[in-house]
Amino acid sequence: MAKKTLDTKIQATDLCVYYGAKQALHRITLDIYEQEVTAFIGPSGCGKSTFLRSINRMNDLIAGARVSGNLGIDGVNIYDSSIDVVELRKRVGMVFQKSTPFPKSIYDNVAFGPRLNGITDRTELDRIVEESLINAALFNEVKDRLDASAMGLSGGQQQRLCIARAVAVNPSILLMDEPCSALDPISTAKVEELILELKKQYTIVIVTHNMQQAARVSEYTAFFYMGHLVEYDKTRKIFTNPGKKETEDYVTGRFG
Amino acid sequence: MSTKRLIGFFAVGTATLAIIAVAGLVVSTMGTFLVQGLPHISWQLLSEAPRNNNTEGGIFPAIYGTTLLVLVMSILGVPIGTITAIYLNEYTRTGAVLPRVIRFAVNTLAGVPSIVFGLFGLGFFVQFLGVGVDKAFGNTEAIWAKPALLWASATLAALTLPVVIVSVEEALKNVPREMRESSLALGATRWQTIWKIVLPNSTTGILTGSILAIGRSAGEVAPILFTGVVYSLPQLPDGVSSQFMHLGYHLFVLSTQSPDVDKTLPLQYATTLVLLMLTFTLNFAATFIRSRIRSKQLG
Repeated sequence: MAKKTLDTKIQATDLCVYYGAKQALHRITLDIYEQEVTAFIGPSGCGKSTFLRSINRMNDLIAGARVSGNLGIDGVNIYDSSIDVVELRKRVGMVFQKSTPFPKSIYDNVAFGPRLNGITDRTELDRIVEESLINAALFNEVKDRLDASAMGLSGGQQQRLCIARAVAVNPSILLMDEPCSALDPISTAKVEELILELKKQYTIVIVTHNMQQAARVSEYTAFFYMGHLVEYDKTRKIFTNPGKKETEDYVTGRFG
Repeated sequence: MSTKRLIGFFAVGTATLAIIAVAGLVVSTMGTFLVQGLPHISWQLLSEAPRNNNTEGGIFPAIYGTTLLVLVMSILGVPIGTITAIYLNEYTRTGAVLPRVIRFAVNTLAGVPSIVFGLFGLGFFVQFLGVGVDKAFGNTEAIWAKPALLWASATLAALTLPVVIVSVEEALKNVPREMRESSLALGATRWQTIWKIVLPNSTTGILTGSILAIGRSAGEVAPILFTGVVYSLPQLPDGVSSQFMHLGYHLFVLSTQSPDVDKTLPLQYATTLVLLMLTFTLNFAATFIRSRIRSKQLG
């Protein structure tokens, strides 16, 4: 079988993140490949979410957060002073741990991003909303009640709505911060299926506490521990033949 | 009986007494005015002007003046209070100097006696702003440089600003962080997030703030004493530069400035009842809305 060539989408070089005096990430260097699913694993507080949130500069919102080093997307350092953070976030979508539908209709939730981009034409919006909901595997469940409040959806549906909302602005990267941790197993399975579908179009980075999930959906896995990147490799290798003892201890459930 | 049980007995006893005292105070006050005032509440009272040195007729001009006053006050005060709350809550980082100064000012403002606000209103709005406006428009006679509905409303707006700021801030704080982050992560600017996500989720809080401010200010007499209220008027105010009558001040006039105080007694009771009803209704509405928001956020 011919191996497909990997293009680097996100490239971190010596990336450090500080919250005030506390250093949360220590000189992280790794490449994330285009149209692959990369999983970040590690115990709570290990820095995996911090790293995820530095990819769309969400950490900028936290008082006292500082970044040093380099984080490139398509070869451009996103911490360069010339970067427009708002534009960056349109290219790097994010799905949060807690599903956060806006208290608006399903339609208005998905149309929120496109409208920010100045799309007002109703047919165009209709098309984007439908397409995004189809992409998020939600359309069939909600097509008859697009004007109903998003708050009435089930937890799993809400999370898929958040995914639809994120893909509606047509990003190239999708960040997922423990997207299934609040969902039941059936909803989790649906979201995982969706992730595998979405990777055809998007570069996906997912933070998860669920080892099986990382093994199921990701091609590459990075193991973080106490702010350091311990090991980064093919998911299969991380789970079957890890190079470091800490990794083995963690994936086999001996700690964390 | 052991000492422990004795202490417990006294604790419960004093608490019960305190409750009875407070409840009794409320019931007796309200009861007095209800019993004495209710029979005198009539369509005539609510719709007619005072006659015969305030001993006959109604209190319509005072109701009209009070309503107009709090309306103009809300139009002036709520936007300023809301904008201040947005600035404090959304645009400042904790520990910065300017927001701390503003917060200190707001808290101090809340503790200033209302008569001082009245003097401030006279000095700043009437004698400084009013005179300035008249000069700028070249008015030969004083149109704005005299006590007026606008200046009284502005003074009350200053008085109630802390109430508005605190309630709006509380509402803004209740909008979940995740909701803001989701909006920002979709490429919304900070202002777009405030305008499209945070504010629509805080409308009830802003409403509560304005109702509380109205409830607080509807009965205040001291701030308007120098800035616009009058004893009696031949006609209703025809604009914000007119002077006006006011329920609270009218009560004072009825009970102290009448040649025959005994004759005005029924009117005094009725006027008090109207004023109480007005402020109680507003406060109750605010409490109701607030509890609705709370239960919605918990559920």
